[in-house]
Amino acid sequence: MKFNTLLRHLRAGFRNIIRNGWMTVASIGAVTTTLILVAAFLALMLNLNEMAKNIEDDVQINTLIELTATDEDVKTLGDEINAIDGIEKVTFSSKDDELKKLIDSMGDEGEAWQLMEQDNPLNHVFIVEAENPQDTEQIAKQIETLNHVEKVVYGQGVIDQLFKFNNYARVIGLILIFALVFTAIFLISNTIKITIIARSEEIGIMKLVGATNWFIRWPFLIEGLLLGVFGSILPVAVILAGYNYLESSIMNSISFSFVEILPFHPFAWQLSALVLSIGALIGVWGSVMSIRKFLKV
Amino acid sequence: MIVMKDVYKTYPNGVTAINGISVNIDQGEFVYIVGPSGAGKSTFIKLMYREEKPTKGTIIVNNKNLSELKEKEIPYLRRDIGVVFQDFKLLPKLTVYENVAFALEVIEEPPRNIRKRVMEVLDIVGLKNKARSAPSELSGGEQQRAAIARAIVNRPKILIADEPTGNLDPETSMVIMDTLETINSSGTTILMATHSKSIVNAMKKRVIAIENGIIARDEQRGEYGYEV
Ligand SMILES: Nc1ncnc2c1ncn2[C@@H]1O[C@H](COP(=O)(O)OP(=O)(O)OP(=O)(O)O)[C@@H](O)[C@H]1O
Ligand SMILES: [Mg+2]
Repeated sequence: MKFNTLLRHLRAGFRNIIRNGWMTVASIGAVTTTLILVAAFLALMLNLNEMAKNIEDDVQINTLIELTATDEDVKTLGDEINAIDGIEKVTFSSKDDELKKLIDSMGDEGEAWQLMEQDNPLNHVFIVEAENPQDTEQIAKQIETLNHVEKVVYGQGVIDQLFKFNNYARVIGLILIFALVFTAIFLISNTIKITIIARSEEIGIMKLVGATNWFIRWPFLIEGLLLGVFGSILPVAVILAGYNYLESSIMNSISFSFVEILPFHPFAWQLSALVLSIGALIGVWGSVMSIRKFLKV
Repeated sequence: MIVMKDVYKTYPNGVTAINGISVNIDQGEFVYIVGPSGAGKSTFIKLMYREEKPTKGTIIVNNKNLSELKEKEIPYLRRDIGVVFQDFKLLPKLTVYENVAFALEVIEEPPRNIRKRVMEVLDIVGLKNKARSAPSELSGGEQQRAAIARAIVNRPKILIADEPTGNLDPETSMVIMDTLETINSSGTTILMATHSKSIVNAMKKRVIAIENGIIARDEQRGEYGYEV
């Protein structure tokens, strides 16, 4: 496209936007609302995924060995565990190691437990890590059936809950977002339709004097694109300011210091770029719908 | 040059407006299309700039076979054909100059050529001094001349006019005819559908009479031939 033509189309697109007044405001508003929700949803989902991954990394299966097991039994059990599919690592931790960990984890109060060093009531333990954290439960059940296993302890619940919550939130969020995206597309296509009708006289003359179909379509595509892009400005500002605020308040907070969110740089920028592209896509899609239906060229 | 061979046109509603027409029109001719109301004159004209597609038959305009023309080639056909109507179809928010320039801008003519060419055609139609006026500030005859200027600004080989004087009084009509003659004398083919007996009889040009969708009469230096 020639530069002059591009300028002409841009001017025409802007002019349409200004002329459509309230329809323009409604369209931009719909895109803005949609994108803010999309951004919040994506930020939440992606961060939850990240956190789930971090928690999963910590997931271990503690296999408590029966007190009566001989050294030979322990060795056999270790081999049997190692033979299970999907195991990443098996570490042996003697009951003395376990007591030491316990004492350490209790800090000052732990001193009292040192008395027990002579008569340690704890079990020897195999610490097992699954290759894939989602297999944890299934691996734990297999270990439970082996000989000389007294008990298997792992963070069941927690992982399940997190995955379940993730799935529900994902489904509900996606439905909501699709509904909003379609509303925004519909509003934009309606706005473009109004422009097409308002300019039908001009379009007729353009066809008569031999303007190409694309020349006639461009201003409407640009109008849609601009509506989408204008609608993304506020959401992008909200992402950049909001995420920055969120990150710094989490970092400065003592009670949330264990929460790790994706770092502002590059996450907030990537999210902004994504939101801007979704906005542009909504706008172009809306105008394509109206062009196909109402602009018979 | 325009060639039609065994052309039929039936509209989707079942009305057959053109019922087997064959005709040859050479470059540079001036042709009147006459006939009763509803005879098919406008349809005949619309077939030439591909506003309507023939149901059957061959149409060749400026060496382009319209049946083989792809949708996206239509604009280029139209750049070689100027069209004016009874109702002018000027854009009310643009000045006369802008209305004429519009036709060049939308076919992406380089801007540096536009000004000179627009002033040239406004001179041909005698509207140089009205360039900055809005269409609403012009008389009917002036508006039609502005529309003619727009139709010829891209130097089309053919100028088609469907009742261009239909809304004008006889005196104004004669000014329009002078303008069309001038354009014709520079080599542009002119096709004009009209109900004006006085114009047709005064000019002594080729007359094609269409009745019920067929050519009832085709005479060089013809007469209108109907009572008014
Ligand atoms: N778009 C259309 N759809 C259906 N029928 C049409 C259409 N245009 C014209 N017709 C019919 O085709 C026939 C020829 O119409 P056309 O407009 O070509 O006549 P005309 O000779 O130009 O008449 P007039 O002198 O009144 O302008 C008429 O019966 C008309 O009703
Ligand atoms: Mg007619």
